Amino acid sequence: MGEKILMKGNEAIGEAAIRAGCRFYFGYPITPQSELTAYMAKKLLKMEDAAFVQAESEIAAINMVYGAAATGVRTMTSSSSPGISLKQEGISYIACAELPCVIVNMQRGGPGLGSIQPGQADYFQATKGGGHGDYHLIVLAPSSVQELVDLTMNAFDLADKYTNPVMILGDGLIGQMMEAVEFKERKKISLPDKERWALTGCKGREKNYIVPFNLDPYEMEKTNFKIQKKYNELKEKEVRYETINLDNADLIVVAYGTVARIIKTVIDNAKKEGINIGLIRPITLFPFPDKIIAETSEKINKFLVVEMSLGQMVEDVKLAVNGRVEVNFYGRVGGVIPTQSEILNEIKKYLK
Amino acid sequence: MKKVFERPKSLTKDPFTYCPGCHHGIAHRLVAEALDDFGVREKTIGVCPVGCSVFAYVFFDCDMICAAHGRAPAVATGIKKSKPDSIVFTYQGDGDLASIGTAEIVHAANRGENITVIFINNAIYGMTGGQMAPTTLVGQVTQTSPYGRDPKTMGYPIKVAEMLSTLKGVAYISRVALSKPAYILKAKKAIKKAFQTQVEGKGFSLVEVLSTCPTNWGLSPIEANKWLEENMIPYFPLGEFKTPEEVS
Amino acid sequence: MAKIVVDEERCKGCELCIPVCPKHIIVMSENFNKKGYHSAKQINPEECTGCAFCAMTCPDVAIEVFK
Ligand SMILES: Cc1ncc(C[n+]2csc(CCOP(=O)(O)OP(=O)(O)O)c2C)c(N)n1
Ligand code: SF4
Ligand code: SF4
Ligand code: SF4
Ligand SMILES: [Mg+2]
Repeated sequence: MGEKILMKGNEAIGEAAIRAGCRFYFGYPITPQSELTAYMAKKLLKMEDAAFVQAESEIAAINMVYGAAATGVRTMTSSSSPGISLKQEGISYIACAELPCVIVNMQRGGPGLGSIQPGQADYFQATKGGGHGDYHLIVLAPSSVQELVDLTMNAFDLADKYTNPVMILGDGLIGQMMEAVEFKERKKISLPDKERWALTGCKGREKNYIVPFNLDPYEMEKTNFKIQKKYNELKEKEVRYETINLDNADLIVVAYGTVARIIKTVIDNAKKEGINIGLIRPITLFPFPDKIIAETSEKINKFLVVEMSLGQMVEDVKLAVNGRVEVNFYGRVGGVIPTQSEILNEIKKYLK
Repeated sequence: MKKVFERPKSLTKDPFTYCPGCHHGIAHRLVAEALDDFGVREKTIGVCPVGCSVFAYVFFDCDMICAAHGRAPAVATGIKKSKPDSIVFTYQGDGDLASIGTAEIVHAANRGENITVIFINNAIYGMTGGQMAPTTLVGQVTQTSPYGRDPKTMGYPIKVAEMLSTLKGVAYISRVALSKPAYILKAKKAIKKAFQTQVEGKGFSLVEVLSTCPTNWGLSPIEANKWLEENMIPYFPLGEFKTPEEVS
Repeated sequence: MAKIVVDEERCKGCELCIPVCPKHIIVMSENFNKKGYHSAKQINPEECTGCAFCAMTCPDVAIEVFK
């Protein structure tokens, strides 16, 4: 530990998951995340008390995760956009059943089969629930391979703490990128006991059962309220973001993941031209860092949201800003990555 | 006098919520008796489907989980992989297993997952009010085959036991019925063998149980038994399709 | 010597136990149970062989057999 290793994003997630105690992985190949599935096969098939299954589909994979999570183990699946769409029913079940698990989405350009280049157009799906019913995933958006590692490890803790599925929302670029990473020693944190609900056989206790339904609407409403309470707690305690240069900025860019990385270079280049740009980079997309955005909008009156979508996160930014200032948007889609110069040109439009 | 027939321990005291005469109840009892016989109740995890037997979690006195429609074999795979010492069974209807969940059952069988599947073939979608199932017989009238199942456009009823027994990963498969005591006794043996297959670690086992749905067939329970024997058994022959040598 | 005990409240009056009894000693009672079903009852218990055909056929596990 302590030393840096050069790793590809997708493989780094796998290593981080294993180091976080995940021994049960279920997946189905899809570009641009297949290296993660292969990494888990290579490692888990050689480990004791571990399992890797190449499932028959993403639907089966998420339902295997549901079964494994129900027994109380740390478990994970990963995919990219079309595969994540297939998992939605299962994710809704897991959220309703309040089971912990980690789901990785290395987004690609959509819709449809789309392209295999990076995208961020699954933001709505990831942050608003994605499947049917009122539920949310905890959504973490890394912007470097190191952060991918750290957030993957955190994801398992958050999942256990809130008994809620956690999604790592990356994209093809970050999955394919090679960077030096360090697997830091993590401090032990105390997490709630799983014995209360885990299916382990009913020896010495009453039976446990996990049923994500209730035909009595009043009871089902109670289930909803209970889950909702967790989301409120998450909004209070788990919001994470990075800010750069918020004081005296001429304009604030809000961007996450790969795009936020590009913005950091744009900020440096702009500085050379005497333009002062600030960045708010949400790390948790749910819970969304709306407070910092709202506060900043009281001081700075120009906002630009940049995404690899045609305008998804921008809606949450607008909600946070609540009409105080104008929120502009720039996006490229279908697998196209916005360049530094086109973003800077866009910024200049609003500074005239 | 000694009690020679009583409620198995692996059933809770809750009365079944199934319609009068519905075979789900008999099948539940046989599964519970098998769990009792092998003394495995306390290490069993059951997976109930979406269908009338979604309520099976109430009736089996062991750990239970409800899967999404058709996905029970995948859920069971996740459970068995993470708790290999447990006894894992799925209990699925014909819409669940042979329509929406075809991929999951075929691949769980093909991987040779060491789980037991109880497959309730009642030739209809019971829970949703009597629509055509993949096992609905040719000519059978349902809500969605109002002029009778026409094989030209709706295909023929799927023979799950035969189909799955072609897979190498499968250890035990049989088809049974519950319409008379002689059949019920055979069904009991078959379900026991299926669990024995799992207890001995021999691989995937499935029992297809021909069952009645008096409510949606529009027949009395006694007429339904007769209909099953006259119409279902000729098309879905009873018997064992695959056995591991040692269990047979 | 054998006999059966029908749990009247579990019985749903499906009548499946009637034709399977080789001794024809199960009939439906006139009374309704709490759920509104006529429940099954045994007549002439002295003829009962304890074969349990009735019990194994009962979908509601409402019959116990003593021998
Ligand atoms: C994804 C999904 N599609 C459809 C349904 C509606 N549905 C509930 S049960 C059922 C069919 C059940 O039939 P079967 O599996 O034969 O079980 P039975 O009730 O006959 O025992 C259907 C279509 C559902 N719950 N989920
Ligand atoms: S609808 Fe049919 S399958 Fe469902 S409980 Fe009633 S009789 Fe049984
Ligand atoms: S035990 Fe046999 S003989 Fe006695 S009532 Fe039941 S079916 Fe009839
Ligand atoms: S079979 Fe059971 S439920 Fe049906 S009438 Fe007889 S005792 Fe009652
Ligand atoms: Mg059915």
